[in-house]
Amino acid sequence: MLKFMQRFVSEGVVTNDFPSIVAEPPEGFLGKPVIDFERCTACDKCAEACPTGAISFNAVPQQDIPVKTERILSLNYGDCIFCGECAVACPNAISMTKEFQLAATKKEDLVTRARYRDDGSGKFRFVEIERHAQANDPTAQEIGLRLKEKIHKLLGRSLHIREVDAGSCNGCEVEITSLNNPVHDIERFGIHFVASPRHADMLLVTGPVTRNMEIALKHTFDATPDPKVVVAVGACAIGGGVFGTSYASCGGVDNILPVDVFIPGCPPRPEALLHGILLAVGRLSQSYPG
Amino acid sequence: MDPKLKYSLLLKETWGDRLTVETSVAPNELYLTLDPRFVGSLVEICSTLVKSFRAHFVTLVPVDERSTKRSLSVLYIFSVAHDDLFLILSVPVDPRNMELPSISTHVESANWFEREMKDWFGIIAFPNIYRLASHPDWPEDVHPMLKDFKADQKVPRVRGDFEFKRVEGEGIFEIPVGPVHAGIIEPGHFRFSVAGEPIINLEAQLFYTHKATEKIGEGLTPERTVFLAERISGDTSFGHALAFCHAIERMSAIEIPERALVSRTILLELERLYNHIGDIGAIMLDVGYGVGASMASHLKEQLLQSNEILTGSRLLRGMAAIGGIRRNIEDTPSKRQTLHDVSRNQRKSFENLVEIAMSSSSTLDRLETTGQLTHKEAFRLGVIGLAGRASGIDRDLRRDHPHCSYRQLRFKPALHNEGDVLARFNVRIDEVRHSFELLEQLEDLLSEGPTRATHGPIPSGGFALGYAEAWRGEVVHWVMTDGSGKITRWKITDPSFHNWKGVTVAARNNIIPDFPVINKSFNLSYSGNDR
Repeated sequence: MLKFMQRFVSEGVVTNDFPSIVAEPPEGFLGKPVIDFERCTACDKCAEACPTGAISFNAVPQQDIPVKTERILSLNYGDCIFCGECAVACPNAISMTKEFQLAATKKEDLVTRARYRDDGSGKFRFVEIERHAQANDPTAQEIGLRLKEKIHKLLGRSLHIREVDAGSCNGCEVEITSLNNPVHDIERFGIHFVASPRHADMLLVTGPVTRNMEIALKHTFDATPDPKVVVAVGACAIGGGVFGTSYASCGGVDNILPVDVFIPGCPPRPEALLHGILLAVGRLSQSYPG
Repeated sequence: MDPKLKYSLLLKETWGDRLTVETSVAPNELYLTLDPRFVGSLVEICSTLVKSFRAHFVTLVPVDERSTKRSLSVLYIFSVAHDDLFLILSVPVDPRNMELPSISTHVESANWFEREMKDWFGIIAFPNIYRLASHPDWPEDVHPMLKDFKADQKVPRVRGDFEFKRVEGEGIFEIPVGPVHAGIIEPGHFRFSVAGEPIINLEAQLFYTHKATEKIGEGLTPERTVFLAERISGDTSFGHALAFCHAIERMSAIEIPERALVSRTILLELERLYNHIGDIGAIMLDVGYGVGASMASHLKEQLLQSNEILTGSRLLRGMAAIGGIRRNIEDTPSKRQTLHDVSRNQRKSFENLVEIAMSSSSTLDRLETTGQLTHKEAFRLGVIGLAGRASGIDRDLRRDHPHCSYRQLRFKPALHNEGDVLARFNVRIDEVRHSFELLEQLEDLLSEGPTRATHGPIPSGGFALGYAEAWRGEVVHWVMTDGSGKITRWKITDPSFHNWKGVTVAARNNIIPDFPVINKSFNLSYSGNDR
């Protein structure tokens, strides 16, 4: 017992201050890739380098013109596995930032699209940004400030989560387990992981939903009482990730269940998970009658 | 004498014309092709390799080569540890008669491989015909790994029920558990037959996380497949990606720069560290020792954070690359400091943790004699890796088939004989200590130089084994390329696939409340098993 006391005193509090202070990830961390649209020449190198097709160029169909003179660049953070290969292929226009709180309530909010036009000489030039990824989502800090009150009002100081692995590689599980360690300590928010969907308010789903987990996932959803939210964790759960859609994979949770929040990452860091979970709590109040 | 020559002569002497012996580009692989007329001697050859040559069954690779050779072939891969050699027995299979004799009566560890082969390729290893990989709602005559099956094909569900071995008798009842479990773990279904609390029999139905990884790898370039390999089993991201890169490098004879080799060894040991320490905590948690568990999870978090500083990824993703590593792990003062901290300061925290774990006699009491897997059973089932070493199976690829920098390191595999949860706990403790020592040695070995070799095109029609001793055990990949250097066959073997039978045997005669800790002490990957 004396040994425990010694250790506790010498170590002090190890829990971090997320979300009031969001620690910056270390140098070399691969967060959200950002494209400098002015510099981009729509050359396709990044799209070729991307292992999941998160970056793509599509010719815009134009009436009466056989040669396509417009292309749309689309960058989908939902499909991104944050490998950094695009930035290696095109150091000129693409850089990896340290931004990692990317959760969004709509899949469409994870997509940035920009229009490029042939300037007549065969070279494509940037025209305009059609949409920016998640322009309106509140930051984690804002959500965190409102959280305590919200959970208290709705759920009596607790949010209960049932984690469902619908075929993930277990990378997301490593990070979700990390939420329980003393550094991230998710229980300080009144959030608990529970053993049964019948006790849960939230389903935290990982994996692309394999053929063999599809039925079990539906049963789990049905067993969860209302009001409930579904959070899709990681690139696989959002759009199939590296596994895509195949005979064995349904290519994302929203093909099977209604999803309230999408958390990009492969896997998302614990802070990114927390940010998404906190965002989903906001959703809970919207879906709650009265 | 060169082992390749020695075994060529030996094999010729024993089986004469029945076997054609060939070498390949890879330095320690010997391919033996069995004359199709002598398929009947397959069982005899395999059992002789295991019994007389003391070869260890590693994996079984069916390949659909109907487009080039008009036949399929099945590779039975054995490792001869004392001579650092892989014997690869290739058996042609006629597409009109997809049947081979089963070797699993003599080589028990081939059992699951043969059943998976039937489900995925339709090649029957008679009489081993039971389903393993395909769930009951999958049609009997659809074999997804054959070349004429397209990966995105829609397959309708059919009616069917799981078949479990039933135990009958007074007071015996069945408890179904899963696939969705109580903790944050992967899906699988367990069927316990119990008499009161003691488990009489345990059957596991896996393959819930089957994602067609091998199939969708086909047709990709090797560079892109590395990212898929990182996602076979998230906790072994680096181990799997490294084994895959090894296979490509061995078939293309790519020389890896010294600095890359050392860096890879460091990353492999870092992966071992965070997983072993996480498991040590999880085992304590499962027997209700909260203080120890919490300390271990804190230490694991610190290691994950160190990983992020060194590589930009907490799970060491995006590091493995064909020809070396993708990013330098020791090019800034903060990285150097982190590496130093891991091998010195974290080591102190770990010793403190061990002291606290060992000071709780009630914890040790729960671990001792629980979930015992005897040496005899472990040997029969072919249990490998850390679970094997806890049952006295003295096999560690870092010593037996040295890869990366292991040849230069002073190192002795951890070995315990009891085979219980405590032994697996202790193997982890020993291996963590070894890893700290190895990291210290490796820091000194890190020399200046390139981290990645430039290489020419990947050969067309090349094939080779790639392997690595990851934290859970040996990860083995066999890769074959097509005419344009893209992947045409990729067989992934995670140690979990060998060890799951070990879990079901170890659980017998234990009480149900001990199953979580028994399962955790093996901590097998469902995703690595199901792919």
